[in-house]
Amino acid sequence: MTKGIWVYAEVRDGKIKKVTYEILSTFRRFADQLGEELCAVLAGKNVAGLAPELGAYGADKVYVLEGDKLEHYTTDGYTKVVADLLKEYQPAAFLLGCTIRGRDLAAQVAQRLQTGLMTDCTDVALEDGQLVFTRPIYAGKAYTRVYCPEARPVMATIRPNVLSVAAPQEGRTAEVIKISADPGDLRQVIRDVVRQVSTRPELTEADIIVSGGRGMKGPENFKIIEELADVLGAAVGASRAAVDAGWVPQSMQVGQTGKTVSPTIYIACGISGAIQHLAGMGSSKCIVAINKDPEANIFKVADYGIVGDLFQVVPVLTEEFKKLLASS
Amino acid sequence: MKIVVLMKQTFDTEAKVTLDKEGKINRQGVNLIINPYDEFAVEEALRIKEKHGGEVSLVSVGGDSVQEALRQALAMGADRAVLINPEVEEIDEYTTATILAKAVAGMEYDLILGGWRAIDDGSAQVAGRVAEILNIPVVNQVTKIEIEGDKAVATRDIEGGNEVVEVPLPAVLTAQKGLNEPRYPTMKGIMQAKKKPMEKKGLADLGLDAGQVAAKVKALSFFLPSPRAAGKIFEGEVPEVVAALVKALREEAKVI
Repeated sequence: MTKGIWVYAEVRDGKIKKVTYEILSTFRRFADQLGEELCAVLAGKNVAGLAPELGAYGADKVYVLEGDKLEHYTTDGYTKVVADLLKEYQPAAFLLGCTIRGRDLAAQVAQRLQTGLMTDCTDVALEDGQLVFTRPIYAGKAYTRVYCPEARPVMATIRPNVLSVAAPQEGRTAEVIKISADPGDLRQVIRDVVRQVSTRPELTEADIIVSGGRGMKGPENFKIIEELADVLGAAVGASRAAVDAGWVPQSMQVGQTGKTVSPTIYIACGISGAIQHLAGMGSSKCIVAINKDPEANIFKVADYGIVGDLFQVVPVLTEEFKKLLASS
Repeated sequence: MKIVVLMKQTFDTEAKVTLDKEGKINRQGVNLIINPYDEFAVEEALRIKEKHGGEVSLVSVGGDSVQEALRQALAMGADRAVLINPEVEEIDEYTTATILAKAVAGMEYDLILGGWRAIDDGSAQVAGRVAEILNIPVVNQVTKIEIEGDKAVATRDIEGGNEVVEVPLPAVLTAQKGLNEPRYPTMKGIMQAKKKPMEKKGLADLGLDAGQVAAKVKALSFFLPSPRAAGKIFEGEVPEVVAALVKALREEAKVI
């Protein structure tokens, strides 16, 4: 008999990623309805100190896999220790955040456990005792509802920013089970890590995104949307046109061949709204478009639009937000 | 160097997605292309072959329509193609990976390339599963590949940067946008592609049966996102429209 709902707690820069709390909050409810335990898996080197936070967000137990070889994420190392743990305890479900690492790890673990994996899920429901996940296909041009009827654990990765997170409960604690983990030989050797120094949030996790398109006219002009982004604590994105023109790196691209995002506010500056771009940001809660062409497609999906020259509008908008945020 | 490219045919990125009478994705009249990420993989395979010598084989799972995508990749310069039509009702990533891995296991390979995800299902797990079945390492979302003897050195995207990962060959590497700029087939390439071998296989040819590849994940339904309601457009002098927008975001949408 498989039992328990398990959640992978992703750590980056010594902190647990927000998507982990989003998953714990939602699956705490399902665990209660099913009378199941909610467990978290924490892997790394010297990460046990993070376990209490997982308890505060709803975990009943935290399995801490610690070892020197887990200091850096490697596909082999993490797959081995996580899959071995799951084989031993046989949970009914295992959920991860749909981050670069979460996707990487989930695919390997799912295959090793011979089970199904539903990725990038944006919603989940409990129907007749089965977890039913909603996931976008064609980058959000359509959605499908899927489930894994027999194979266990049911595995899914959940898109950051779509499930709401409950406030942590002070004093709520989890039982911590420490396991010293050695993945053995690793085939992937990390030669070098290059971090771009940025104080801005990740595009896929940002609450607010300011994006620029062809209307930015050149790389030098991105500083005006960066200024707006920094006032709002937002991430900076771009359309394919701006990326293909070589103005900004590919990592900033939002759309069908870039990132799919679901922020609270998406501000599109000088973006016409090609179908591929709309697919990538169409699930944003509030879309603001600034474009000088009143016929631009982007206005068909925007909640609010300004027809005007972005080079005049954006700096004024930046000042207006500065005033607003200073007064509140 | 024997290179295998895992390829998928997908809807064109321009395609508008609709549902048919049964509520499934309507495939009628949709323009089909090579999954753009797989096209990067094909291009990279050709570049590695040009530098190190060898052969590029394409492997794909699907129906007869996929031949068109395979011919296009052959016209770019790949040497041969294998198309497996499983003729089963429901497939998922487990199904596809099981079939691909079985087909690849019967070939010679030093390097397996594929797109890091397909733009239709976007599930980003088939190539990784193939690596797991073949018991070889995988590096996902790579933007640079160097072959150094019996090793591959790949630069992969990570959050907020990238890392350089070394793996022994054979290995699976999945292509991210930025890896290269795929070439267009030349007229000569298109003519030559017609004569290149394209093997068509079924499950039995690989020694598999429908039960061994049965999907783990089942689709209950499909739906289209509800269209967004018409928004408010502000027109006029810049200071006024900006003030109106900020007020609306705070008081009406309550998002800031």
